[in-house]
Amino acid sequence: MEKQVLLTIRDLKIEGRSGDAWHQIVKGVDLTLHKGEVLGLIGESGAGKSTLGLAAMGYARDGCRISGGSIDFDGIDLRAAPEADRRALRGKRIAYVAQSAAASFNPAHKLIDQYCEGPVVHGVMPREKAEADAVELYRRMRLPNPDEIGFRYPHQVSGGQLQRAMTAMAMSCRPDLIIFDEPTTALDVTTQIEVLAAIRDIVRQFGTAAIYITHDLAVVAQMADRIKVLLRGDEVEESDTRSMLAAPREDYTRSLWAVRSFARPALPAATGTPVVSVRNVTAGYGAVDVLKDVSFDIHARRTVAVVGESGSGKSTTARVITGLLPPRKGEILFNGKPLPPSFKARSREELRQCQMIYQMADTALNPKLRLRELIGRPAEMYLGLKGRALETRIRDLLALIELEPDKYIDRLPSELSGGQKQRIGIARALAAEPQMIICDEVTSALDQIVQEGILKLLDRLQGELNLAYMFITHDLATVKSIADEVVVMQHGQVVERGPKAELFAAPKEDYTNLLLSSVPEMDLDWLNRLLAARGEHA
Amino acid sequence: MNEIWRMIGRRLLLGLLTLFVISVVIFGATELLPGDLARELLGQSATPETLAALREQLGLNDPAPIRYLNWLWGVLHGDFGVSMATKKPIAELVGGRLGNTLFLALYAAALSVPLSLMLGVLAALWRNSVFDRMSNALALTSISFPEFFVAYILILWLAQTGLFPSMVRITASTTFSERIYMGFLPALTLTLVVTAHMMRMTRAAIINLLASPYIEMARLKGMSPLRVVLRHAVPNALAPIINVVALNLAYLITGVVVVEVVFVYPGLGQLMVDAVTNRDIPVVQAIALIFASAYVLLNLVADVLSTITNPRLMHRR
Repeated sequence: MEKQVLLTIRDLKIEGRSGDAWHQIVKGVDLTLHKGEVLGLIGESGAGKSTLGLAAMGYARDGCRISGGSIDFDGIDLRAAPEADRRALRGKRIAYVAQSAAASFNPAHKLIDQYCEGPVVHGVMPREKAEADAVELYRRMRLPNPDEIGFRYPHQVSGGQLQRAMTAMAMSCRPDLIIFDEPTTALDVTTQIEVLAAIRDIVRQFGTAAIYITHDLAVVAQMADRIKVLLRGDEVEESDTRSMLAAPREDYTRSLWAVRSFARPALPAATGTPVVSVRNVTAGYGAVDVLKDVSFDIHARRTVAVVGESGSGKSTTARVITGLLPPRKGEILFNGKPLPPSFKARSREELRQCQMIYQMADTALNPKLRLRELIGRPAEMYLGLKGRALETRIRDLLALIELEPDKYIDRLPSELSGGQKQRIGIARALAAEPQMIICDEVTSALDQIVQEGILKLLDRLQGELNLAYMFITHDLATVKSIADEVVVMQHGQVVERGPKAELFAAPKEDYTNLLLSSVPEMDLDWLNRLLAARGEHA
Repeated sequence: MNEIWRMIGRRLLLGLLTLFVISVVIFGATELLPGDLARELLGQSATPETLAALREQLGLNDPAPIRYLNWLWGVLHGDFGVSMATKKPIAELVGGRLGNTLFLALYAAALSVPLSLMLGVLAALWRNSVFDRMSNALALTSISFPEFFVAYILILWLAQTGLFPSMVRITASTTFSERIYMGFLPALTLTLVVTAHMMRMTRAAIINLLASPYIEMARLKGMSPLRVVLRHAVPNALAPIINVVALNLAYLITGVVVVEVVFVYPGLGQLMVDAVTNRDIPVVQAIALIFASAYVLLNLVADVLSTITNPRLMHRR
């Protein structure tokens, strides 16, 4: 039986403004969605996924405009309809769940007030009924204390819970269609599972149609009936989830599937004096100990991946090693010799040996400096290079990170792509000729294909320069591809550590197991199996 | 709630400390003023003997720190001393004037605060529209003219035509409605002067938030633009708005000298100008201290209100 069509988009074109010029973000995409169906939209950043999702609500962000094509929602032409009519649909018949619930809930109002706003303003139900309804939906979304949680402010609720509360809010008017815009991207893997399961169940219970936007293939495989792949505003291909996973037709889709093919075999455990040795470190801010008795070693030419959820103390460990946060107890040994606890007391030579690469290359590079200065400054400061020698060194470094020196040396960071910026971050760290580099979530903000390029580069540099890496990440796929040893952290403590192969094959601790099993797999039934195994599924 | 009281207590103590420092500065500054009080008081008839006697009587021969402490001790007991020029107790002299100044400040605030908040919200709602540009241009024009110029223009338009009096004469028998009527022109002048600042701050604070994800969320929930601004943007923009309002209220109390002079309004500002002219140091000191207290107190109120309106500070995790 053919299902009823809910949303039809034909040859949709959307333009964005940059300066005075308009350029196309979405270049003539067709989309058909039936009642109760879940369509997955995937693609890299800049593919136009969110823009397309918002267009399904007849909405274009400031600086964007819908310039061609048609959007038909249940017989209503959303492009021709007056704004008041579109407004009457939004929230009531088409709802939206944003990527960051923490930023998308209004900090000034309680959750339940924000829940009730839609139903009351749209005249769906009176306030008292909406409140009772909110509690019911909070319960269905498996939020803790559903009777009470709505009376909290957004900042009093955790990220995963907020994301579920936002899905409940989107459900408040029982819409026909919900747009999920990367709803779990900002969450830890263990939290992601709960949110995914809750979203999937509630969408099924109410028979709501959904457009599920994500860049994570494994996630979309759990959620969607059909998948549409976008690349730079164009459709690459579309088919039902099962055949898309089994046999993608286009090369681009296959390249997305194959992204995590990069993996280098772990090197044998190193012997001798470690480059950096973290010894029984306890550290914290104020009265709170964020780290408790943390110990591990990093050897030359080895990569130690430090994994854990947000708040587990990964970045704090990096701050202790670099001396930004002097520990309360314990010490940091460098090549067997203790380092002064605070960076202020360390010599320039000691500082030179340990460099950092940051998650957000955008904010870690001074936007006013040219690459010549960004990379040249540490070389000048630590190594005393000047004039021609400095110029040669900068060019060598650019060549090392695979950017053509003549073309790039006088550019500003704003003239680079995200991946190129991160390469500059790497070059800046290398300029000091360190023995050890701390990589703090360096690939988290990048698309998967770009991530792979960065990981390959880091791997090559490690071999050539004999570097020790401490790799902070919450992404276990990254760990699988580059780590030699893994340190699993939770609540500021080391839960388990060991060689990658052993730890992945036979985790000893429950938490490690939980973490590993929470990574979405490219398998339609992964979520079902997992929930069944954990006995959480109703 | 306890935390709020603790914060108020802490701020009050800090405010007192600030006032103490200010009192030292005021006393020091008046010490630096040229001229001799006793000579000023006695004028032409001064003989060396009478001068010496008067100095002794006024305590002018004591070293400065002693005189400062005597003055401070008096102030702490509500005794601001005696005016040199009129020989009346300063508390009595200042009392009525303070009432008049507060009346004018409240009057102007009652006109300007609602007006500027409303204009600011509407300008943010219809940003870059004709309304936005016009209200901005008008507000900027009125703030760019000197106060006395605005005052004279208003006198030309509204007093010469006989609509409102250009001079304010307040006595004990003046009724409230007469005060409102007579005070209209000075209050309107002040309103024109302070509205631009508050309006533009309100507009900027709201527009600053309009790019936030939660504002987009409100739009995607189908809320009307007015509701988006009033319910979703304004509550988060309150802190800067409250602060700029407090700053302007303080200005209305302390910065109205010129307007008071133009309209012959019997307020504190005029009294201070007269006192400076007459070298009536104790009066100058008293008024300066009152002005400083107004600033400290209004800033305290602004801080407390900003905290109360921020749920992140009121409801900890």
